[in-house]
Amino acid sequence: MSENDEEIILSDLSDEELVDQMMDDLYDGMKDEIEEAVRILLDRGWTPYDILTKALVAGMTIVGHDFRDGILFVPEVLLAANAMKGGMAILKPLLVETGAPRMGKMVIGTVKGDIHDIGKNLVAMMMEGAGFEVVDIGINNAVEAYLDALEREQPDILGMSALLTTTMPYMKVVIDTLVAQGKRDDYIVLVGGAPLNEEFSRAIGADAYCRDAAVAVETAKTYVARKHNQMSAG
Amino acid sequence: MPNALADLLSERDWLLADGATGTNLFNMGLSSGDAPELWNADQPDKIRALYRNAVDAGSDLFLTNTFGGNASRLALHDAQSRVHELNRLGAALGREIADASGRKVIVAGSVGPTGEIMAPIGPLTHARAVEMFHEQAEGLKAGGADVLWIETISAPEEYKAAAEAARLADMPWCGTMSFDTAGRTMMGVTSAAMVQMVGKLSYQPLAFGANCGVGASDLLRTLLGFVDAEPDLPLIAKGNAGIPKFHDGHIHYDGTPELMADYAVLARDCGAKIIGGCCGTMPEHLRAMRAALEDRAPGPRPTLEAISAALGGFSSALDGTEADGTGPAPARRGRRRRDA
Repeated sequence: MSENDEEIILSDLSDEELVDQMMDDLYDGMKDEIEEAVRILLDRGWTPYDILTKALVAGMTIVGHDFRDGILFVPEVLLAANAMKGGMAILKPLLVETGAPRMGKMVIGTVKGDIHDIGKNLVAMMMEGAGFEVVDIGINNAVEAYLDALEREQPDILGMSALLTTTMPYMKVVIDTLVAQGKRDDYIVLVGGAPLNEEFSRAIGADAYCRDAAVAVETAKTYVARKHNQMSAG
Repeated sequence: MPNALADLLSERDWLLADGATGTNLFNMGLSSGDAPELWNADQPDKIRALYRNAVDAGSDLFLTNTFGGNASRLALHDAQSRVHELNRLGAALGREIADASGRKVIVAGSVGPTGEIMAPIGPLTHARAVEMFHEQAEGLKAGGADVLWIETISAPEEYKAAAEAARLADMPWCGTMSFDTAGRTMMGVTSAAMVQMVGKLSYQPLAFGANCGVGASDLLRTLLGFVDAEPDLPLIAKGNAGIPKFHDGHIHYDGTPELMADYAVLARDCGAKIIGGCCGTMPEHLRAMRAALEDRAPGPRPTLEAISAALGGFSSALDGTEADGTGPAPARRGRRRRDA
């Protein structure tokens, strides 16, 4: 099997073939190929928004589903997200320029005492992969850090992550503070992390528990759509 | 290399390990967000009580309060310069309690993950991981730990780095991974793949196995996966006491002492030699587990149906060992397509 036999010339492919190829390349985490394909589609007159939604987001949705279904695991997803990021870096300034519709914005961080950020990073990457703007405030966030970020960024969604049973109750501290300040309903609050479950998320007053990064994306989409509907109805 | 755990493993058919560290410390007043390891210096009596509770409940082996005692984790509390000290103290308090117990009790120096992703996908290099684990291992050794106890690992690269650190510290070691994602580790390692990976290490552990993960049933399925891959070493089972629930501002696990007693006996029937709990496992659970292991006769290998009937269902239908569990992820789509 010589390399020549496998070589695919991306620019020789039709639009439809190229988009299919991009989905495969995202799945395999091939960053250079994704960047090249994004440039080709731009040259062919595609709008940045169409490239984002029809190629990149669609491709990451497949990755997300296979992650959710236990076919892909963290290493493969990180590679795919990295390839996605390469494409996004090209598209981001163009999306702003063209005034493309926003999917929504999320502030995400791991709670105080918890430095586990693998799951949180994964959610951030998958959310970006789905077209959301993500502000990652990192690990070990006290309630003040969350409030500052919410004030500054005005996101649609607050995401909190904890990987330890010793740190997960801190999520309630953050939510209780939001309630006390009358700000709880300004945000969709999503929580996640290995020791959490649905019941816990209800008990602390979050909107939803997200079992993994793929579920986080689906849940975020649903809640943001619901919020927009309420706004246009009201 | 002669050592206390190797001796005990050759003398006994099973050993009872300990239960939860975090859950117990939480009940003693550790606040959400604080580093438990700092208590080795600041609240030594509480750490003594944690260890003594496990020993009094019948544990033959307990883990030191040093799970997050590597430089990467301690940096969060700006205590990265205290790695040696906090590990030495955690082990020394354990030595004190073990030596005062009047029987042979093993002090196992807990070594948890760094929390970072290893190269090439993440930023943590092998050399840096080995360095951090080695620093921690030397502290545990200086405090008198009998064995290093590497636990809750997800990535094979990190497991190997910790093994290398054990060799550098010239310490015997045990190592468990956490199978919490559809029966695999977060990084996709199956039970069968772990057996293969451990078998190839040049510096062999005294025992290996699984800890934490989802619930007691999942852990036993993982154990059966180990056994089917025909490992040469004794197996460790340290499962959580059920599933975490939130009550009045604190976490409580729904597994009863009776359930954990059944789990302990089933773990032995599955082939585990070192049996303990993990999150949510309190002294009353350990007592029930000890009594069950002493009173009930060993039985045949349980089926998956028997396990789920006794302990509850599994978190996923499959665990990756069904067809060829040693490969990476199953059923991948084609790689780069050649013809459009």
